Amino acid sequence: MTAAIPRNGHDGGHEHGAPYQPVFVGARRQELDELFTKYPTKMACLLPALWIVQDERGWVSEEAMAEVADVLELTPAYVKGVVTFYTMYNQHPVGKYLIQVCTTSPCNVCGAENVVGAFLQQTGCGELGVTSADGKYTVIEVECLGACGFATPVMINEGFVESVTPEKVPQILAGLD
Amino acid sequence: MGYPNPVSPQETPVLSQYFGNQETISLDGWRKVGGYAALQKALGMTPAEIVDVVKASGLRGRGGAGFPTGVKWSFMKPGDGRPHYLCCNADESEPGTFKDREIMRWTPHALVEGCAIGSYAIGAETCYIYIRGEFTEPLLRVRQAIKEAYDAGILGANAMGTGKRIDIIVHKGAGAYICGEETALMNSIEGRRGNPRIKPPFPAVSGLFAQPTTINNVETLAAVPHIINRGADWYKSMCLSNPKSTGSKLFSVCGNIARPGNYEVVLGFSFKEFLYDLCGGPPKGRSFKAVIPGGISVPIQTMEEAEATKMDYEGFIEQGSMLGSGGVIVFDDQQSMVKQIARAARFFAHESCAQCTQCREGTAWTTRILERIRDGEGTAEDLDTLLLIADNMTGKTICVLSDSCATPVVSGIKKFRSEFEALIKKTTFHPVTAAVA
Repeated sequence: MTAAIPRNGHDGGHEHGAPYQPVFVGARRQELDELFTKYPTKMACLLPALWIVQDERGWVSEEAMAEVADVLELTPAYVKGVVTFYTMYNQHPVGKYLIQVCTTSPCNVCGAENVVGAFLQQTGCGELGVTSADGKYTVIEVECLGACGFATPVMINEGFVESVTPEKVPQILAGLD
Repeated sequence: MGYPNPVSPQETPVLSQYFGNQETISLDGWRKVGGYAALQKALGMTPAEIVDVVKASGLRGRGGAGFPTGVKWSFMKPGDGRPHYLCCNADESEPGTFKDREIMRWTPHALVEGCAIGSYAIGAETCYIYIRGEFTEPLLRVRQAIKEAYDAGILGANAMGTGKRIDIIVHKGAGAYICGEETALMNSIEGRRGNPRIKPPFPAVSGLFAQPTTINNVETLAAVPHIINRGADWYKSMCLSNPKSTGSKLFSVCGNIARPGNYEVVLGFSFKEFLYDLCGGPPKGRSFKAVIPGGISVPIQTMEEAEATKMDYEGFIEQGSMLGSGGVIVFDDQQSMVKQIARAARFFAHESCAQCTQCREGTAWTTRILERIRDGEGTAEDLDTLLLIADNMTGKTICVLSDSCATPVVSGIKKFRSEFEALIKKTTFHPVTAAVA
């Protein structure tokens, strides 16, 4: 059953009119059941359940929110309210590499704006939040990554690159392929 | 130590002594340096005895508020038949602060041990460690440490063979600065939007899942095993200025400075020596202009104020600011304070949870006005408007995010007014009179 689910894909499994494939089946359902033992309410499993969805699909679609609502006995509207509050749940598909550049004050004084510029130009994204034509990159600015002494920190998917300067950007991008 | 820089003889590395050390990350390595001896000792004491030791040590909250930890713990009443919770605040996201990140990366077991002792002391059956989602490496390390501790019987139903139950669960945040506010953090664990709650009731009465709860910062909890091991008197003896500020403290240093990084000094240390000796002073060929010493929410200091400061809770207040989280942001003579204050305001506008009008509207309008001044389009009234908005944003909302946005604006205009005025056009455009004319 799990074989039908695209793993680490970014297509959500239901694009182009294809029926929605549930996330919480097989091993993922077991993960959810294990979560239930860690919290006294089902609602408290919401953030971790959304992380499971994003890990599986790369983003959190409306259909996935409805599924989460169903397994946690919440309403889809409630789940959407929570998803939209937090910045890390992607509400639309992103590139294979989501590049998040910290631009808050401590990084700003160390030249973070130029790092953003270098990523936008060299990935071909051109604009913040826009995925490159080849589907590979999405570049966004992010507020304080909590690594201010290593300005400018950049998060690429789950990875963290410290002390990034515009000069290092080509090498970082080459390392992703 | 001044991680990633070599340790300086002026530092007092307690929490940071193993930063950069690959060995102490694992349970075996942590045990080799005496890890979990404090938990063993604590489990042989009564909870009240532990609370008394922590009280006597003078340890105060390292997250920003500086509330005495032992006193906070004493608000909990174990044995009243209700569930009790300990929450560890590892949502470190105050700009300028990156100390908890290093504690979790290099000494995850120090945090686990502190959480276990804290849980036992306040009678909490469950401890949730709330780690911000962006901290992928600390998340891995802490989860691994907890797994090792369960496998070794340190945690669980029979913690260290004492028959006592201690459970620790990691809760991963999802990107929201406001979740570092304790009541927002509890809402976030409960599966809600991270909106702060009105206090009272305080968490010790009705906190997580409406049960008695204590919330402590990572650095606070990581200090507890040292206090249990070496005693309250040892901790209290670490004091260079005001006796109300004891122990060693990690300061994260960033911005325009020669050697950014984490430095651990005894409270009361001279801020001047700290900035120039430990951190190497300004970058070559530059000079310092201003410092935000405790994370971006605290007032900006001029260099005269900073250089006269003793680095403790009282010392920073005496010199016009606050110790806060210990996140030191340094600005050199190349920086425009208007641009930097505008950037700080933008941060708060982005992070406002938007439930209070003063904050939702105030942070957004403050940002717009500051950015137009920055772009040379400000008017003569703008500074008064900013101060008026700031007044409306201070002390009038559920949490202090709104106040935190007003703080750099008010202190910035007060201390660097000429920079603002230089950017504001000499002739003011009055839409009303212009229309009449």
